[in-house]
Amino acid sequence: MNLTPDDWSAVRLSLELATLTIIVLLLVGTPIAWWLARTRSRWKGPVGAIVALPMVLPPTVLGFYLLVALGPAGPVGFLTQQFGLGYLPFTFPGLVVASVFYSLPFVVQPVQNAFEAIGNGPLEAAATLRAGPWDRFFTVALPLARPGLVTGTILGFAHTIGEFGIVLMIGGNIPDKTRVISMQIYNHVEALEYGQAHGLAGGLLLFSFCVLLALYTLGAGRRLWR
Amino acid sequence: MALNEGIAASLQVHYGAFALTTDLQLPGRGVIALFGPSGSGKTTLLRCIAGLERSATGRLMVNGECWQDDSRRLFLAPHRRPIGYVFQEANLFPHLDVRGNLEYGMRRVPAGQRRVAWDRALELLGIAHLLERLPNGLSGGERQRVGIARALLTSPQLLLLDEPLASLDAARKQEILPYLERLHDELAMPVLYVSHAPDEVARLADHIVVLEEGRVLADGPLSETLARLDLPIRFGEEAGVVLAGAIAERDAQWHLARVDFGGGSLWVRDNGAALGRRVRVRILARDVSIATARFDSSISNTLAATIVAHGDDDHPALVLVRLSVGNDILLARLTRRSAARLDLFVGKEVWIQIKAVALL
Repeated sequence: MNLTPDDWSAVRLSLELATLTIIVLLLVGTPIAWWLARTRSRWKGPVGAIVALPMVLPPTVLGFYLLVALGPAGPVGFLTQQFGLGYLPFTFPGLVVASVFYSLPFVVQPVQNAFEAIGNGPLEAAATLRAGPWDRFFTVALPLARPGLVTGTILGFAHTIGEFGIVLMIGGNIPDKTRVISMQIYNHVEALEYGQAHGLAGGLLLFSFCVLLALYTLGAGRRLWR
Repeated sequence: MALNEGIAASLQVHYGAFALTTDLQLPGRGVIALFGPSGSGKTTLLRCIAGLERSATGRLMVNGECWQDDSRRLFLAPHRRPIGYVFQEANLFPHLDVRGNLEYGMRRVPAGQRRVAWDRALELLGIAHLLERLPNGLSGGERQRVGIARALLTSPQLLLLDEPLASLDAARKQEILPYLERLHDELAMPVLYVSHAPDEVARLADHIVVLEEGRVLADGPLSETLARLDLPIRFGEEAGVVLAGAIAERDAQWHLARVDFGGGSLWVRDNGAALGRRVRVRILARDVSIATARFDSSISNTLAATIVAHGDDDHPALVLVRLSVGNDILLARLTRRSAARLDLFVGKEVWIQIKAVALL
């Protein structure tokens, strides 16, 4: 099962996409998770539902709406064009944006659960020890939520590596730009190159298994403290 | 008391069916016990003073500084209040070792404002050997001691203790109480101490606030307040008074010590306290009996007393009698029938026999 240069390019692209996506997700998802874990606002339900949507929606549906929104006729497309960024569909940045939406719940939910598990106690203790809100967040909440952050990072990364439908809808199949592993597997199968498909598919299978094995045996899914 | 010293708390909190309303003026020194049964609002009051109950409304002044005044839309965030707070469950940070926990608060206080020295706090609470340990490896008593030291190291102007002994068994309580007494004796820092245990209050408090169902039933200096006739019902079997005295004599032959107080002296079991040392003794109402003549009995503490007042107890068969012994007040609990048989009336001079005196 020798991988062709095209295959390697797809692997590299998938890894780049997943890495960038998880960085954006941690920066965007952690505040959302914190807000969802702490708020008593009546918007908690709707926001939580929107974040969770990608877990139940077919990726084609999500991809379709993103395509419309990011395209020339969509509001986001209008903005990106105004700022001289062009249109995002069928570009690598477009894939990153789509992946962020697609993998959001896989990061937000474990992190939110971890924040909720901390409870009020340690944060109140920190407040009485002169720590302000930001201080409490960085020195108490984040370290105590570490198991959730680890779980979220692993799940978000793995989920992004494995995406297909949304890439198809919004990124197409452009070599070196948007042709990720799952697209390349599809191409091989379409061309009846089952041996090549096996190489990549088997690699993904092994990768996914190792990720889940790590989650379950290293105990990142369990509470590291206590 | 200077005008700006002390705590003035006019606060209201409502949650669902529970409401807490206080209008308190508390001294700015000594140990102030917030006493009452579960659900009486004592922890809520403590949390209001710490600023942890954002829904509380009203006005709170501490040592001349305004911490909350809703009429001026003023609310000082908890991290800006110079308090130390010890939680019922210690609430140590599980991701930091004991040293990290202790340093957490101390580091956030400017060096110039640190009045409690590191070594002093470690020594006072006996935790120097625990520094490298993680909170999860500590016993309940050790955790509580670290929690107290952590609060002390922020050099607070007010120390708030929320039932620090409630989650501990009797042996652990005995382990911590001496440390709390040392705090009381050696640190000039006002302490608000939440408790539902009369023995802790008797041992530690100088001032007591009695709470019930969100209202303040009484507040005042400890001995005076305990000797009131309308309150002992709240203490049930533990109704009694606390007298302050000093060790005046130690009898090596019988292992007894004599404690002199305002109204006379009492013999107690010698616990090794040095001559001249200030001590507290606690005398429960049920351990005091009244006789109209002095006679010999196995009871070694017999004092002359005058009946000052009497009142109803929680059972119709019982009465509480308030007696003056010199300048001090004692309470006796007897049956209504005995009181009638002995023809007790206010002003009558009697002998009281004290079956048990607890040296605190």
